[in-house]
Amino acid sequence: MSGTWIAVLVTAVCCYALKLAGLTVPPQWLAHPRAQRFASLVPVALLAALIAVQAVGRGESLAIDAARLAGLGAAAAALLLRAPFLVVILAAAGTAAALRALGVA
Amino acid sequence: MADTPAEPVKQAARDGIALGLAVGTSGLAFGAAAVASGLSVAQACVLSLVAYTGASQFALAAAVAGGGSLIAGTASAVLLGSRNGLYGLRLASLLDFSGPFRLLAALGITDESTAVALGQPDPAAARAGFLATFGSLYLTWNAGTLAGALGAGRLGSPDTFGLDVVGPAAFLALLWPRLRDGRTERTVALAGVVIALAATPFCPPGLPVVLAAAAALGAALLPSGAAPLPSGAAGTAEGPGR
Repeated sequence: MSGTWIAVLVTAVCCYALKLAGLTVPPQWLAHPRAQRFASLVPVALLAALIAVQAVGRGESLAIDAARLAGLGAAAAALLLRAPFLVVILAAAGTAAALRALGVA
Repeated sequence: MADTPAEPVKQAARDGIALGLAVGTSGLAFGAAAVASGLSVAQACVLSLVAYTGASQFALAAAVAGGGSLIAGTASAVLLGSRNGLYGLRLASLLDFSGPFRLLAALGITDESTAVALGQPDPAAARAGFLATFGSLYLTWNAGTLAGALGAGRLGSPDTFGLDVVGPAAFLALLWPRLRDGRTERTVALAGVVIALAATPFCPPGLPVVLAAAAALGAALLPSGAAPLPSGAAGTAEGPGR
């Protein structure tokens, strides 16, 4: 078996096992109010971090991609206008695609 | 709310299906990127079927493409997947799945399904939203992976269609209601952004996002004058509004 297959299988199995482990932890581990607070705030921190890294990260460096940032800005504007989810996504992708097609960014 | 239990459930299912279809198309991008990186079509599909967590899959493909250490690549992919374990902690009591079904539900834990589940007003809607997102995203993501892997090179860059913004825009939309919840959430989100961006130049891809959990840890340990969180199982699901 090639090294690449081993890497693929280890990644696949470990990623699944982590999901299952989180879902299987005994509820009393989360009985403490601070633990509940932590578990409730974790997605907020991680999602915000993911947005930032996907918006301006490129591997191990930061890179400004004007079209991508404009797309994200369009999403924020749509959210402020209380647009439905799909409109938010289309506004973001459409803005980035249009700017790239026009060669502006 | 108890008198109209069906409406939030239907709305949650609709949101989940829409999100799954929208984000799942980026499976095309993964399939194409994976094969361009040197993974086989089968390897790309195994990752999407079993790991089923986009960021980890991209991280491994990038490591294979770079010709770097497969061990480091695997480690960063798994590290990036560790946030799903944290999501699982949060979802366990809310979804309350048991038995063999939990083995299947575990597979469905992703950023998207977590965000949809946590955005619902009650546990029934949270379960519906989770399962709808899981179903539509899993099918679209895996079909996209296969199509992208087979058609790699013929597709052109996914950036042309703005597909690279779909992920962050979706996460922003999903995070939005939590940001409106209160100052603690906004502070935690901002701290998460700062930590992740500050760490990016110094860490392998994946680690900065995991490190951002420190923002949640800090806020959880600080004595808070804010209103206490809704107690116990339902968590945010018992919160007012969306």
